[in-house]
Amino acid sequence: MTQFVLQARGLTKHYGHVVAMDNCDFDLRAGEILAVIGDNGAGKSTLIKALTGAVIPDSGEIMVNGEPVHFRSPLDARKAGIETVYQELGVAPALDITQNLYLGREQRRKGLLGTVFRKLDKSAMRQGSARQMADLGIRVQSIRQKVDTLSGGQRQAVAVARVAAWATSVVIMDEPTAALGVRETNQVLQLIERVRENGLPVVLISHNMPNVWQVADRIHIHRLGRRIAVVEPDSTTMEEAVAVMTGAKQPEALA
Amino acid sequence: MTKLDDAVLLEKEDRAGPWRAALSSQIAGPLAALVLAIVIFSATTDSFLNPGNLSLIAQQSVVVGTLALGQTLVILTAGIDLSNGAIMVLASVVIGNLATDGNVLGALLAGLATCLVLGLLNGVLVSQFSLPPFIVTLGVLSVLTAAARLYTDSQSYPITSEFLTALNEGPAFGGVTITYGVMLWIGLTAILGYALTQTAWGVRVYAVGDNPRAAALTGIKVKRVLLSVYLTAAVVYAFAAWQALGRTPTADPSGYATANLDSITAVVIGGTSLFGGRGGVVGTLIGALIVTVLANGLTQAGIDSLYQQVGTGVLVVIAVAVDHFVRTRQTR
Amino acid sequence: MKVNRVAAAALAAGIFLTATACGSDDSGSSSGSSGNSDVTIGIVELNLSNPFFGTLQKATEAAATAKGWKTMKAEAKVPGDSATQVTAIENMIANKVKAIVLDPANPTALNPVVKKARDQGILVITVNATLTPIEGADATFATDNTEAGKLIGQWAKASAPANPRIAMLDFDLSDGPAGGRHNGFLEGYGIKDGDPSIAGAALTKGTIETGQSAMENLLSAHPDINVVYTINEPVARGANTALKNKGINNATVVSVDGACSGVQDVKDGIIGATAMQFPSKMGELAVDAIAKYLADGTKPTAGLNDSGTTLITDKPVDGLESQTSEWGLQNCWGEK
Repeated sequence: MTQFVLQARGLTKHYGHVVAMDNCDFDLRAGEILAVIGDNGAGKSTLIKALTGAVIPDSGEIMVNGEPVHFRSPLDARKAGIETVYQELGVAPALDITQNLYLGREQRRKGLLGTVFRKLDKSAMRQGSARQMADLGIRVQSIRQKVDTLSGGQRQAVAVARVAAWATSVVIMDEPTAALGVRETNQVLQLIERVRENGLPVVLISHNMPNVWQVADRIHIHRLGRRIAVVEPDSTTMEEAVAVMTGAKQPEALA
Repeated sequence: MTKLDDAVLLEKEDRAGPWRAALSSQIAGPLAALVLAIVIFSATTDSFLNPGNLSLIAQQSVVVGTLALGQTLVILTAGIDLSNGAIMVLASVVIGNLATDGNVLGALLAGLATCLVLGLLNGVLVSQFSLPPFIVTLGVLSVLTAAARLYTDSQSYPITSEFLTALNEGPAFGGVTITYGVMLWIGLTAILGYALTQTAWGVRVYAVGDNPRAAALTGIKVKRVLLSVYLTAAVVYAFAAWQALGRTPTADPSGYATANLDSITAVVIGGTSLFGGRGGVVGTLIGALIVTVLANGLTQAGIDSLYQQVGTGVLVVIAVAVDHFVRTRQTR
Repeated sequence: MKVNRVAAAALAAGIFLTATACGSDDSGSSSGSSGNSDVTIGIVELNLSNPFFGTLQKATEAAATAKGWKTMKAEAKVPGDSATQVTAIENMIANKVKAIVLDPANPTALNPVVKKARDQGILVITVNATLTPIEGADATFATDNTEAGKLIGQWAKASAPANPRIAMLDFDLSDGPAGGRHNGFLEGYGIKDGDPSIAGAALTKGTIETGQSAMENLLSAHPDINVVYTINEPVARGANTALKNKGINNATVVSVDGACSGVQDVKDGIIGATAMQFPSKMGELAVDAIAKYLADGTKPTAGLNDSGTTLITDKPVDGLESQTSEWGLQNCWGEK
């Protein structure tokens, strides 16, 4: 039996007369990279916001590892182990790599130094971030490097590493390569595969079809506020998928 | 697995150079400027390089230097506080007025309360209502300047309490007095430096100033951090008020009219970026000393005081240029 | 949230405007009695953070109110802020005032707007400071600052030790009164700038703390300083703290102003002698001149009309007329 890490059934969201989600379903299996594609205005971002707690659906159900959850804020989603990488670089350039990885989750020293003097355990955090960067195969000169000394791809890698470090169930990436060049995009794609190899399922929202076909295990096609098909890159061509996505072809016509 | 070893190895190499890290940081430039100024004035005047004069320079730096510590916190969040001098002056006349009844400790606490209320006002307007700090503190500055005048009817209060002027006293080492005020200034710098570099609060202050959106995405409560910064700065301003009463034993509503800009000058020369997220209080301490050394040395060298302003202005421009270079650098 | 932000912006803008608007408020006086209630005069002062200017403004206003006139008041926000004064005078012209009592922030910057006022038949009298040329205004009532400087210079010469080492604690010398006092002091002392008996000079902002720092810096270089010229009494007070900290108790300190706190410092021996000015008298003389002009069209004497200067000291010297600090405390201005 396939194990589902994140699922949604019948999600609906109205903004006045506009229907942003129309009885939408969603399934993410353990250990897979699921790409979500859809035309602009198809409602991808509303779906993602619902899955990350930024939007509360009018109706429908979300389940994490089979258990129903009710996200009221992004913090709730985060507590459920869902972490998100955003399109814009979500890093603080003046801080170093370690500080960025631990931002908002800093570790304090044990004993009086930590409880009374609130002293940070810098060496533990440096070791932790060195291990995380190594696990993901991200190469940098030093863990103490300030992020503004890194290239755009490396910065996005830091953002991914941060999210992968704290996610316990799902990593969601919203257009993570939109701002990057070809070489750097490839680095980030490798990183996404590495995250999957390390055991975390990934939801990848992207407009870039070659990228999607390069890394995705399955592809969720979104149209008019709902999932209209799920395809596999091995059995469906990009052209077919795009035709379905834009309404030029009915999903039933797919193999 | 080999990659893990690589990373750990790099980490070990890195450990070898804490000194290099310190020197490559923003402190290096200001420190070099301070040393250079001291060397030049020592060479060109007979009177500059003696312990008494160096102690004097420290004493002359404490009031603006302490204000500048609070200013540093605000600027690190990409804000600016134009009202800090006025907050300090209002607190000092409140203390001076209430102390005439003899309840010195109560007066000092009232001064602290004054600072906290005004810090809260600035902080709430900036954090909760997302108003630009420049405008908020400009408005508060204007109101407070008038308030101090109305409160005192433009008269100044001589301070007679030994407790209130105690910061101007201190132990003498070979005839050179190190005042408690100077010790307090250095102590506050150490405490704030610790808080900024060794605690989670400090990291978050930098993050909020550097990229508030990224900070918010990681779950940091940006508004709360901003409010805490304005309140902490207010406590520092209260210490500055006490410093001011010790240094000139008079609570003067028309004094320190340019202390806000002087404190910003010290912060900028000390290497803290006006765009937030970069810098620190040790640099600010050095920056405040540089400004005082220029005034002190040029006066002793018999050079027109207007050149102090020229010198300070040139340093500000250099500091801002260096900051611009650092922020826009792209390696590789 | 949006509403909150707008409300806060309005609040902030509100306090800001209130704070600056006090620079140009109309303060009408309806207690007119002598049938002159339709006369309005403008009073344009310098920054009121200096109590001297506050005293001058209050005296002028009181004298005008006593005649049953209305007043419009305005003030510079900071020293040298002539822009605010220009705007204020333009408003006063628009409001058809009969006369303007002006304490100019700058000797030349106000010339055009003053000319505009006079062309409309408005009598413009400057007080405390003058325009350049002085004929730019109908008349001036002010302290002769050179004369004030000369008085304390002569007194210092007669009281100073045989081997004088002089410190000059100045204010920006491009400021008319500051330059006048500086030059007057040197003239009274019988020396010139660059004389070897001058140990050093330093610029202050006319406040206690800047006076103290300047004195400390000069003492560091020249511990033998024994005569101190100060631009005003707050600077003298700061200089005194610096001297005291250095263990120097016998220096001769002279100053200018005659504020009550300054006279008290003379009495307490902190200041050796000060030249007292009479801001209240400047305002009253100006109002009297306006009354005369309104009554029969007689303009006051053009040029500088000295409002008087009196040397205050408890150690009088031969050949130099002076008053005691007791007398000074009876006649001082401000800071009672």
